[in-house]
Formats: sequence, structure tokens, C-alpha cells
Amino acid sequence: MTESTTWRRGVTASLAVLASAAILASCTSNAPEESEGDDGGGGDAAAAGSSNDEIGDTVTIGFSAPAADHGWMGAMTTLAQAEADEYEDIELLVAEGTNDVSLQISQIETFINNDEIDAIVVVPFDGAALTGVALEAMEAGIPVVNVDREFSDPNASRSTILGDNYGMGVSAGEYICEQVGDDSEAVIAEIAGIDSLPLTQDRSQGFEDALSDCGQEVDNRVAGDFTVQGGEQATSNLLQAAPEIDAIWNHDDDQGVGVLSAIENAGRDEFFLVGGAGSANMMRHIQEGDSVVEATVLYPASQAADGVRIARLLAQDKAMSDLVENEIPRLIQLYAPVVTGDNVDEYIDSAFES
Amino acid sequence: MNDNAPAGVAAGGGAASSPPGDQAPAPAGGSAGRRFLKSLGGGGGRGRMLGLIVALILICLVGAITAGDRFVDTANVLTILRAAAVLGVVSIGVTFVITAGGIDLSVGSVLGLASVWATTLATQRMAEDTHWLVMVFTAAAVGTAAGLVNGLIVAYGKVVSFIATLAMLIAARGLAEIISGRRTQLVTDSGFEGFFDGNFLGVPTIVWIFAIVAAIAWVLLNRTTFGRRTVAVGGNAEAARLAGINIKRHLVYVFALSGFTAGIAAVMMMGRTGAGTSTHGMLLELDAIAAVVVGGTLLIGGRGTIIGTVIGVLIFTTLENVFVLNNLSTSVQALVQGGIIVVAVLLQQRFAVRGTSP
Repeated sequence: MTESTTWRRGVTASLAVLASAAILASCTSNAPEESEGDDGGGGDAAAAGSSNDEIGDTVTIGFSAPAADHGWMGAMTTLAQAEADEYEDIELLVAEGTNDVSLQISQIETFINNDEIDAIVVVPFDGAALTGVALEAMEAGIPVVNVDREFSDPNASRSTILGDNYGMGVSAGEYICEQVGDDSEAVIAEIAGIDSLPLTQDRSQGFEDALSDCGQEVDNRVAGDFTVQGGEQATSNLLQAAPEIDAIWNHDDDQGVGVLSAIENAGRDEFFLVGGAGSANMMRHIQEGDSVVEATVLYPASQAADGVRIARLLAQDKAMSDLVENEIPRLIQLYAPVVTGDNVDEYIDSAFES
Repeated sequence: MNDNAPAGVAAGGGAASSPPGDQAPAPAGGSAGRRFLKSLGGGGGRGRMLGLIVALILICLVGAITAGDRFVDTANVLTILRAAAVLGVVSIGVTFVITAGGIDLSVGSVLGLASVWATTLATQRMAEDTHWLVMVFTAAAVGTAAGLVNGLIVAYGKVVSFIATLAMLIAARGLAEIISGRRTQLVTDSGFEGFFDGNFLGVPTIVWIFAIVAAIAWVLLNRTTFGRRTVAVGGNAEAARLAGINIKRHLVYVFALSGFTAGIAAVMMMGRTGAGTSTHGMLLELDAIAAVVVGGTLLIGGRGTIIGTVIGVLIFTTLENVFVLNNLSTSVQALVQGGIIVVAVLLQQRFAVRGTSP
């Protein structure tokens, strides 16, 4: 009994030590990032100037997006918010980001029932699941702008803004083709995201198609899960599977942090790495040229901000001033440029922090 | 994984689920003692272990045949062990909780929270001024604190551990996102990276940590009063209470231990990835529970094995490695992984039935 009491005291004492360390650490928090402001791109673009930028009728826009559980998705919402702040005539109602489909549906329903809402911007967690409620909104006369993940019925949105997942794969493949040439021995590896997602399948398809145009193919393929730990795990195994690699395309810069960590740990540098999505972190690596990262293909996080602008124009009955058309286009698909050391300066300011 | 549950009920249900009244404390104490003897290597313990080892050897054989030199290469073996280390340390903590008759769903989130807390600018600045051990202490303290909260809610709040730790799973992830602003926080201290991403005697540091944690946990579970009490509490709580064990306090300790190992694992994960982020440890709780159960620990409590857990973890990480070496798609991996869980548990039972039948 005495023995166990002493032991217990020991435990209590060590727990107390740990607890005090926790209290010590709890004074910690992240000092706010200093240079967060200008990433909206809003400033630049607005300066481009057109009559559309003049203050019009104040419009209320409902905004709903998935939970910001990674850097890119976080940037989607913050950039949309920043864009709305640029315009005095936009009032943006941002619903709490959620990965719960039924919650997102009820958010849209709330917007529909809110008489003040003039337009809705939706970044669906699951496009197909949100189609029904988006149709209801359209039928209620509220224009819906669908961003990034497409509804299964084109009538469910007035306008759709999409990134180009297939195009990302093509851009990455073409860049690697240029660098590797027609060396038939070249080993090309791919680190995908979550394989069950259509966007991953599109990216991989585009990559495969572009590579086959120059007689190359994917020799080794693994999937992370868009997380740092997943990227690290998949890459450390990949590097064992392929002792000699010429080029790697990593679908996602968020998981790229883990990918790079695994590469460093293995001490490998015989290949070059092309990233995906375009995080500020990867762009800094490209800028400094001190790592295997040579390029990254962009998947703009500013598309929700585009959605907000389009929604404003729709609500104010305006057209896109750079187009001849009198109406907003039904579909806008963004381009996936390759960011390299040559043009990284153009893109780094609008890149998202992962 | 679930396939073990009915078998577990059949095998150990007699002691665990019978109403408290009809069982005198003495025989229950005896059964705890018997289990203790078994865990030393007699009877069913060895039989179960044999099934596991056979499964692991089979996977290694497949690896060696299909991938040849690339599989048996030292660097590859170390890659497998490195991959096993983080999951391994988490699973060891979960082994104690499950042995004590509980479940800990929060370990993955707690790992994420600890990694975020230990990599905030303020913590890292403090580490810069003093030593990177500050980061290690922070992670361990955060993990332990979260585990303590779990334990207090389960033991004194009388909330089922499934629910209490599910709540912690959600809350810890949320807090991690708030603290980090959903950003990936890079580890800037090169001393920390150098140590935890480095090697000692040619073996990665985190593999050493895994080995040391496993050794300490084995002693703790099999050779100390704490271990015997954990088994007794999980086997028959009422009997353990009558035998004079303070069950509530013991549960708090067990959950705190699980939180502590999650905190240690967070440090290892930071070493591996060079970052702390709220997505660290995502779904790790399921991998850990799968490894623990495949390893032979009873999901309803009352019997736990550290060696089994370690082998269970190795089975999963080796499997993943073999798949990647053979360039197989992730869908095939998932399919076979599910199959392996069933086969491993079936093998275990086959060997166990032959070994025990009291």
C-alpha cells in the first residue's frame, strides 16, 4: 500500500509538472501573420477599372462553402470575403463552412427564405447533393453561382465557375515532357490526392494524356490524402519503390510539405518535383531554387472571389464589361498555368498559405 | 475488426458481462491472476501471437517475392519502421485504454492538437530562446491534459468512453484549427528537426522512441500493479472494485496515459513531417484501434498485449509498403487491407482456440 501511495504521489507530481508546462504553453498563441492583407488580388483587378466597378445598388449575397480544413479551402473563403470588402455595395453573408451536406443544404434554404438575399454563391461540399436545393433557389428567382464543384443539373445554377483539374494534369504533364524530353527510360512518378474523388481522377487523366503525347507514362503512382502526414507516408514508400526517379508530380501543395519532408529524409535529389494548387510555401521554394521543387501548377483559390463578383453583377443586372455579351456567361473555366522560377513573382502574392 | 467482437464476447464475456452480484471477488481475482500468467507467454497468449507472426511473415514473404531486393533493402525496412513508429506509439496508449474496458477515439485529434500547440510561433520562439525540449514538453503536456479531461469525464462524469472521447475527437480538432488558423505550421528549430528526423546508430530516432515506449509499456502492463489493475478493471470492474481498486482514479490514469502517448506521437509526427497541423492524426484512431484489436487485445477489455499491438501495427505498415513497391492502386490496397483484418483475426482465433479452451 505504501509502495503504491508513493507511486501515486509520483504520478501526481509528474502530472502537475506536465500541467504547469501546459499552462506555460497556453500563454502561447500565434501572433497574427503580418502580410495577410493583399492576397485578395482584389486591389489589382479592381484597379483594372471598368464601369462595373462603380458603386451600384447594394446587394446581399449569401456565401456557403465547405469547412476550411486545409489551406486552399481556407483561402477560398478568406479571398471571397476580401473581395466583398472591396466593394461598398456588397453585403456578404458567410455561412459557417461545413463538410456536412445536410447542414449545407439547410444553409442554402435559410438563404432562400431570407428576403434580403439577392444572389447565392455556393462552393458545394458535394455538387450532386446540393443540386436539389440550388434548383429551389433558382426557382425562387435567386441566381445561384456554383463554384469549383459542379452541380449535377446545369439548371441549378445561373453561372458556374470551375477550376480545371484535367487542365492541371495536362499542364503538369506538358511541363514534365518538356523537361524530360523523349528519354524512354525516364521514370515519372505521381503523388495523387484522394483517389475516390472525381477531381483526383481528372487530374490523373490529364497527366496521363499529356505524358502519352510525348511518349511517357506514369511509372509509379501513390496517393496521399491531401494531408501533410499522408503526403509524407506515401512519398517515403514511393521513394523506396523507385530507386531512380526523373520527375514527380504532386497533386497538392498542402500535402507537399510532407512530400518534401520525406524527400529530405531520404536524401534524394536526382529528380525534380512539380507541385499542384500553388501554395505560397511551394512558390517560395521555387523562388529560392534550393530544393527539388521546380514548378507548381495553379488551381486558383480566388475562384470563390470570382463567384462573389459574378453574383454581384447578376444581382445588379450587369454584364461582364470585357465581353461583348449582354449577359453573364453560363460557364467560366479557369486556366491552370505552370508557375516556374521565371514567372513565380507574378503569382506569389496571390498564393495561399498552406 | 468487428469480426472480433462476437468472438471476444464468446471468449471473455463470462467474466466481463455477468452481473456483479453473482460473482464473488475471489474467483475474479484469480481469473485476473490467470490472465496475468497467460500474458507472460503461456497458453492462449502464445497461440494468438503465433497467428499474428504467421500473418506478418506471410506479408513479408509476399513482399520479398514480388518486390525482391527493393523490399529486403535496409533502407526500406527502416522506412517501414519509421512509418510504424507514430501509429505504434499511439496504438500502445490505446492498448491500455481498451484493456481497461474503454475506447479512445480522440487520439488522432489530440495528436493534431498537440502538434499544433507545440509549433505555434510563441512556443517555437520560446524553444529558440531555451531548448527545443520546450516543444516536446508542450506536446506531451497538451496530450496528457486532453487525456486527463477524457478520463475525468469518463470516470467521474460517468459518460461512456465512446461518447466522451468522440466529443474530444471533435473538440480537439476544432481547437487545433482555431490555434493554427488552419495553417500548416513549419518547425523552424533545426535542432528539433535534426534530432527527431535524424538517426542514432543508423536507426531513425523515432524508431528508437517507438522501441523504448513499447518496452516501457510492456513492463508497465505485465510487471506492475498498474498493469494488473488495468487488466482487472477491464475484465470485471465490479470485482476489481471489491478487491479494493479505485476504479475511477485508475481510469483517469489510463486515459491520461493514452493522451500522453498521443502527445509523444505528435512530437514524432512533427519530426517526420517537419510541421504541425490540425490535419495531423486524421483517422489515426481507427488505424490504432484496428492494430490493437488485430494484435489480440480484447475490445471489451480484460486482456491486452503490447507485443500483439506492435505486430499489428507492423502488419499494417508493411502491407502498405508492399503495395506501394508493387505500384498497386489505393482501391486494391483498401480492399486487401480489409481482408487482412478479417484473416488476421480469424487466424488469431484459430490458434487461440487451440491454445486456451479453459
